Amino acid sequence: MNPTENKSSCTNAIDASLRVPLLALFSGAAVWLVVGLVLGLIAGIKFHAPEFLACCPLLTYGHVAPAANDAVLYGFCIPAALGVTLWIFARLSQNPLALPLVPVVAANLWHLGVFIGTAGILLGGSTGHTWLEYPRAAAVILFAAFLLIAVSAAATFGWRREQNLYPSHWFLFAALLWFPWIYSTANLFLNSNQAPRGVVQPIIGWWFANNLVFVWLALMGVGIAFYFLPKIAGRPLASSGYALFGFLTLIFFGTWCGIPQGAPVPAWLPTLSSVAAVLTIIPLLAILIVTAKTICCARVSCMGGSFCFLRFGMMSFIVSGILYVATACPQYSRILEFTWFGAAQTQLQLLGFAAMILFGAIYELMPSVMGKPLPLPKFAKLHFWLTIVGILLFVVPLAIAGVEQGGKLADASIPFADVNSAALKFLPISTTGQLLILLGAILFAANIFVMTIQWKLGIAKTVIAYIKSPLETSEVKS
Amino acid sequence: MKTGVCIFLAAFVALGASWCGFVLAPVLQLGGAKQTVILQSTDNWPLQRTGEATLGLQVYRANGCAACHTEQVRQTGMADEVTLTGLGIRKPEDFSAFAKSLFVLPELANFTNAIAASLNGWSGELPKTLFITGDNDLASAMADRLKAAGVKSETRLIATGADIARGWGLRQSVAADYLYDQPVQLGSLRAGPDLANIGVRAPDANWQLQHLYAPKSVAPNSTMPSFKFLFEVRKIGATPAPDALNLPKEFAAAAGFEIVPKPEAKQLAAYLLSLKANVPLYEAPFTPVTVAK
Repeated sequence: MNPTENKSSCTNAIDASLRVPLLALFSGAAVWLVVGLVLGLIAGIKFHAPEFLACCPLLTYGHVAPAANDAVLYGFCIPAALGVTLWIFARLSQNPLALPLVPVVAANLWHLGVFIGTAGILLGGSTGHTWLEYPRAAAVILFAAFLLIAVSAAATFGWRREQNLYPSHWFLFAALLWFPWIYSTANLFLNSNQAPRGVVQPIIGWWFANNLVFVWLALMGVGIAFYFLPKIAGRPLASSGYALFGFLTLIFFGTWCGIPQGAPVPAWLPTLSSVAAVLTIIPLLAILIVTAKTICCARVSCMGGSFCFLRFGMMSFIVSGILYVATACPQYSRILEFTWFGAAQTQLQLLGFAAMILFGAIYELMPSVMGKPLPLPKFAKLHFWLTIVGILLFVVPLAIAGVEQGGKLADASIPFADVNSAALKFLPISTTGQLLILLGAILFAANIFVMTIQWKLGIAKTVIAYIKSPLETSEVKS
Repeated sequence: MKTGVCIFLAAFVALGASWCGFVLAPVLQLGGAKQTVILQSTDNWPLQRTGEATLGLQVYRANGCAACHTEQVRQTGMADEVTLTGLGIRKPEDFSAFAKSLFVLPELANFTNAIAASLNGWSGELPKTLFITGDNDLASAMADRLKAAGVKSETRLIATGADIARGWGLRQSVAADYLYDQPVQLGSLRAGPDLANIGVRAPDANWQLQHLYAPKSVAPNSTMPSFKFLFEVRKIGATPAPDALNLPKEFAAAAGFEIVPKPEAKQLAAYLLSLKANVPLYEAPFTPVTVAK
């Protein structure tokens, strides 16, 4: 379905128009990824040694754990996904990026917002709502920055020369609408002076968290994968009928998930959420079919290349989706609620799915944007292997720990300390996984930074050459 | 999906529908919630927190306590608990023999082991829980038989479930409990125990402060980090500070120094003491324990 773009002067112009905005978005994202994973590692170590860094009030578990998750989601996933979206929109429109200066400003604004937010959490300014911890100042900046990027993306989309719409368009376009809506709703209700009373707060919080971590990441990740998988496999997306079906069912059913089954709220809310979660199997299946049909017979030797990242990302998406549906079923939820299982699912969604898709996309598009191959291709391959081993080591023991913890929690004859230690014995493996993911992320960041430095040196050389070059005679005469 | 307008409309309708369902509807249904009345009483629930405890919730939020602690008790169902409250003229041994004579009743078949175990080695302390059943009729039939046998018994409605059995609360948490929480800190992970009823379980402010300063000094298996930064190590002046912590030797400050809670620590302790889930409500009923005779 995706157009076969000719490597022409037009494509070069498109890529050139994206160079500065993408470098601004991705280099900041790489920093936040590393920061987020370092904070996550600190949080992990604290479970083996509660006194680790206990002297430092900034780095208590309650500060670093949410700061780590937010840095990965807001610091890395969102700006990276926006960058990739801009590139896909420009490529699919067959037109250079519209308003190229706007995303550059917005990227810097976004990263400033994440900085203020992270500092806010560490200093105790968290709002106390999951995934919405950033204090008000940061939220306003992030909202404005997102709108600016969305305007640039929408303008690129509106001024497209290629009129056909592709499945990626649906997903990415919806994602651009999604975030401002859910983020403004959640902040206006929960982060204002007139927050609603009582359990309305967690209900809105769950609605927001589900729409951000499940639906928004799914829209972005699947939209990006549906562009790159056919492109790399060299064949059209298997069935745009299934893709459309998957898209519509995802946005109509997926948005109603997220209310925990045991929540102390009126019973219709968790019941509705549980029904929606079961129906969410439909888009998962549709997306699985499209993905499998597109890549099954593709003869792509990837060995740690972009294709591998994307394929692993889509597999993680399906698994994390199934785990998500499982936790919404009352009989499993009774055991799995309040355990590490939820954390395992979230991390699989965040790192196994969204981050992997984004790594794959960035490794694929950066060489053409910069006009030269990746500076450190071996790092990219090593990054892949470190990350998949890391994610498996991180997530699988955490999920088992959750099941173990939930089973023991449900048996009141087992003292709580024993429940806790039964779960904690899996955590050293998880922490090892986190370390591997962090090492991989450092390699990713290294690639992005060498690219940025090469580009800056290139500019410097051009400028110096221009200054040193003798004036042309014609100019002297005139 | 031929045009951008189609995508926009589809996304708008999908997200708008869930916004109406999970944002607007709960605000309309619960946004105007008021205090409720405690069952079989005229007292209101929940009570507004004291100023110190309200500030304590902000300390709880700022330190991210909800990353490890939930504030939500779950229950799996309700049951009747038949308790012996008076023996009348009977002796404990007589009563045990009488209770065992009831084992032939077919409806008691599932409870004989539990009753026998609870009466084994019993020397007449009251009140004595005989058995717990989910069957209302059985409980009242049993109460009738006990009455006919001349002993006093009481049938209480209790909540069941692992959380209740752990003593984390007397009933499940319900929406009304969170009326005055700003922000509501439900939590999603139990890396530490549930705190919905901590004010009843550990009602001593000094215990709470000592636990915050050195968790292992009161709970040796604790994995909670110490919140030392909420305390101040001070040189003992002319007289020791009245609120200095009274710590076991291995946790105490060096000689000549004392550990005094900062206002934040006191506020946090006040907040923890304000967390209670021990009154019956219409949507979460149970029979409160009356003072045992």
